[in-house]
Amino acid sequence: MADLTTEFLGIRSPNPFWLASAPPTDKEYNVRRAFEAGWGGVVWKTLGEEGPPVVNVNGPRYGVIHGPDRRVLGLNNIELITDRPLEMNLEEIARVKADYPDRAVIVSLMVPCEEQAWKRILPRVAETGADGIELNFGCPHGMSERGMGSAVGQVPEYIEMVTRWCKENYDRPVIVKLTPNITDIRYPARAAKNGGADAVSLINTVSSITSVNLDTFSPEPSIDGKGSHGGYCGPAVKPIALNMVAEIARDPETAGLPISGIGGVTTWRDAAEFMALGAGTVQVCTAAMTYGFKVVQEMVSGLSDWMDAKGYASVSDFVGRAVPNVTDWQYLNLNYVAKARIDQDKCIKCGRCYAACEDTSHQAILMKEDRVFEVDDSECVACNLCVDVCPVEGCIDMVRLQPGEVDPRTGRVVEAEYGNWTTHPNNPMARAAE
Amino acid sequence: MPDGVHAPGITTGRLPKEQIEANFGDLHPPLSPHEAAVAADRCYFCHDAPCVAACPTEIDIPLFIRQIQAGNPKGAARTILSQNILGGMCARVCPTETLCEADCVRNTAEERPVEIGRLQRFATDTLMAGNEHPFTRAAPTGRRVAVVGAGPAGLACAHRLAMHGHDVTIFEARDKPGGLNEFGIAAYKTVDGFAAREVDWLLQIGGITVRTGQRLGDGLTLEALLGSHDAVFLGVGLGGVHALGIPGEDLPGVRDAVDFIADLRQARDLSALPVGRDVVVIGGGMTAVDAAVQSKLLGAENVTIAYRRGREEMPASRYEQDLAASKGVRLMFNVRPTRILGDGAVQGVELEYTDTSGGRVEGTGEHVTLVADQVLKAIGQTLDGAPEGVEVTGGKIAVTGAGRTSRDRVWAGGDCVAGGEDLTVTAVTQGRDAAEDIHASLTA
Ligand SMILES: Cc1cc2nc3c(=O)[nH]c(=O)nc-3n(C[C@H](O)[C@H](O)[C@H](O)COP(=O)(O)OP(=O)(O)OC[C@H]3O[C@@H](n4cnc5c(N)ncnc54)[C@H](O)[C@@H]3O)c2cc1C
Ligand SMILES: Cc1cc2nc3c(=O)[nH]c(=O)nc-3n(C[C@H](O)[C@H](O)[C@H](O)COP(=O)(O)O)c2cc1C
Ligand code: SF4
Ligand code: SF4
Ligand code: SF4
Repeated sequence: MADLTTEFLGIRSPNPFWLASAPPTDKEYNVRRAFEAGWGGVVWKTLGEEGPPVVNVNGPRYGVIHGPDRRVLGLNNIELITDRPLEMNLEEIARVKADYPDRAVIVSLMVPCEEQAWKRILPRVAETGADGIELNFGCPHGMSERGMGSAVGQVPEYIEMVTRWCKENYDRPVIVKLTPNITDIRYPARAAKNGGADAVSLINTVSSITSVNLDTFSPEPSIDGKGSHGGYCGPAVKPIALNMVAEIARDPETAGLPISGIGGVTTWRDAAEFMALGAGTVQVCTAAMTYGFKVVQEMVSGLSDWMDAKGYASVSDFVGRAVPNVTDWQYLNLNYVAKARIDQDKCIKCGRCYAACEDTSHQAILMKEDRVFEVDDSECVACNLCVDVCPVEGCIDMVRLQPGEVDPRTGRVVEAEYGNWTTHPNNPMARAAE
Repeated sequence: MPDGVHAPGITTGRLPKEQIEANFGDLHPPLSPHEAAVAADRCYFCHDAPCVAACPTEIDIPLFIRQIQAGNPKGAARTILSQNILGGMCARVCPTETLCEADCVRNTAEERPVEIGRLQRFATDTLMAGNEHPFTRAAPTGRRVAVVGAGPAGLACAHRLAMHGHDVTIFEARDKPGGLNEFGIAAYKTVDGFAAREVDWLLQIGGITVRTGQRLGDGLTLEALLGSHDAVFLGVGLGGVHALGIPGEDLPGVRDAVDFIADLRQARDLSALPVGRDVVVIGGGMTAVDAAVQSKLLGAENVTIAYRRGREEMPASRYEQDLAASKGVRLMFNVRPTRILGDGAVQGVELEYTDTSGGRVEGTGEHVTLVADQVLKAIGQTLDGAPEGVEVTGGKIAVTGAGRTSRDRVWAGGDCVAGGEDLTVTAVTQGRDAAEDIHASLTA
């Protein structure tokens, strides 16, 4: 069995699966049970300033997008940071960390954008013995109206400033949690790095309205007939998160900055993908909120079995391995030519590939007698839509044409050499090939 | 006190009343909304879906299932009913395992089709629960059409004609409309008086007058109908039955299965219905299976279906055969009755083994005798005569195109015409298509 032990910013955890700062990590009771279930670490639910805690709505705080059979694909929330007193949280954190020295315990923080406020809270956090802090610059609802959360995360200068304050007033690792509600994720990541952040974590939730009640015309979740935008998370946001993680991992200005990947991690495979794109750990919220703490057991066994199958002895063997393969469109090999191939033994003859290709793509699938579906190579552009809509896994494959073969669509011989847009004759800006 | 299951002869009280009522509960209970959502999610929304081609009425199945998925079961019902006005009954009685569900691509994927029939019932039940009728009549045309027979074919024809604005009068021999929906279909397929409710619901379209107790050929003539109407549709079904033609056929205790079933369907109290202890059903179709299963459910101790060919040739589908077997009915293949034994009442049936390997049914000369106190004949129904001037072929009314008979202005459809499959759904198709053809000719 592969060793899942993870060292992230010098913080060791038995596996890379951490619970994200959210309801699962809101109190001692939860966190103890999470650790018993096998989670490698937690980021405690975000703490705010000393004093009367924030209050939450007293009606529904979640909205949802369901897939078939009411599978939760996306969750939306209007919850604020912890609504329990600071003192109570700090005491609990200290107790839990003392009892679970082998697990990562990170404290998420959000206080006003004033140095004094940070100076007041950081020593108190340090006393708990927690392994580090995470700055919540991501919450897109409620707290942002009060100048915190994503209101900070959307202004790189603020990120840099607050990060610096934290580094000056706290001696353990500082992780900056980024909001995806921004045009280019590289700017806040660079700001965090410039402020001295040890790592970034991302993504926090995406601003969203999940649905509208068509009887009351209120957005959901509805509080007395009104709704407010919330933060979206769960499997639906994974692609957004993966891209943002990759952008930071391959940006020359932030390359090498440790990343904790968050957003839609539901199975070991999601986690492995985040890690391949450079995440040293992953954080999970919605999957735990949907299925309970036990899901981590699938994640642990799945990751470990995959690593065994691939011969990876430790997670560091594969973290970041996909990063060099993320490139700009202009560098993609235009001499790579593929064609869809339908495996007639697997085909169940539903015709979805046909409808998709015929109505919306390249009219490259032929429907023959007895519902036999075949690809017409002279039309197929290898767009992959048929593969995506086919209900049978592995039924349609993309097969590469070998160099020297003729592409029946273009009539041109497939070239062996790599050739991209920068040198393509159709590109007015083309450079002469070197 | 029930006499118990062992009491000899044809008698009542074999099972407690509650047991009988439970036995005749819904064969396929309706899907709950949750079950419907789960079942609907399995549909792939196939292109040019094979299930549609396999439905005689060509309901747009992927569309109606998607409407259920999207939380619009009433819209789904309209999709169904616009093709098949008896979509509610068909959802209950269609042998889906040989029709739409047989061709569902999910069979290839996991040997379990989308539950089209039950989803169809979910949609139509939802609409009918509100007693809503989703169609309206076109402006009256002043044209008059006579429909003979209020079975599925006649009702489907009448509804479609009424929708087009024609005035329809249905002449029905029995005292109730519905045809075999009301008098034939197994009780556990259409519980709680659904057949009658469906007819009432269908008639809400308006423009249809039902005259019961009006038998064509019994004072009522085709000439007269043609004199007072612009067109006539014959949907008279198969009123006659084949005889066995063997000694003992007239003994008390020997009955046509269709009559036995009709009594059963009309019984107010099933526990008051007598049934034999040892029942032998002769035949191999849906009627044989229904008669056998319902005898068993009434409390008969031993029920045997005796069919003259092999299992593969049995007209009842494998699903129906398994249903019978699961209820404890014994299926005997390759046997034919040669004598009904008894003195004053049936006591047994003598069967001869047959060989059908050459395609024909040949007796082998070997015999076996079954104890029987009730024998139900289910060897097929026949056309009970056709009106003057209407050509008959192979024992059924000859038609061309959308149900045109040899007589001008006379159409026919359902079980009474040649080439049908003797299913509710095909009767509906033929009634509907004839109506369209009549409409086209009336408005030409
Ligand atoms: C026992 C049994 C079980 C069956 N089970 C199924 C099943 O599970 N699924 C399935 O799909 N199909 C089943 N069928 C077949 C199905 O019931 C028929 O195919 C269908 O009812 C045919 O419809 P129809 O309108 O042509 O005839 P019918 O339903 O027979 O209706 C004909 C109507 O015409 C009336 N009529 C007859 N003669 C005259 C006349 N001279 N004047 C006026 N009115 C007249 C009759 O009283 C009757 O109301 C079953 C049949 C039987 C007998
Ligand atoms: C109900 C709820 C409350 C959350 N509260 C916080 C919070 O207090 N602090 C924070 O940094 N993130 C918070 N988040 C965001 C999560 O930590 C996480 O970034 C996000 O849900 C994406 O991960 P997921 O797809 O695994 O859920 C919250 C999310 C949810 C659903
Ligand atoms: S989508 Fe897949 S299963 Fe369906 S017809 Fe096309 S290849 Fe066959
Ligand atoms: S009418 Fe019968 S055959 Fe057609 S879809 Fe409905 S259940 Fe299937
Ligand atoms: S064949 Fe099956 S999966 Fe395809 S549309 Fe019909 S019911 Fe749906």
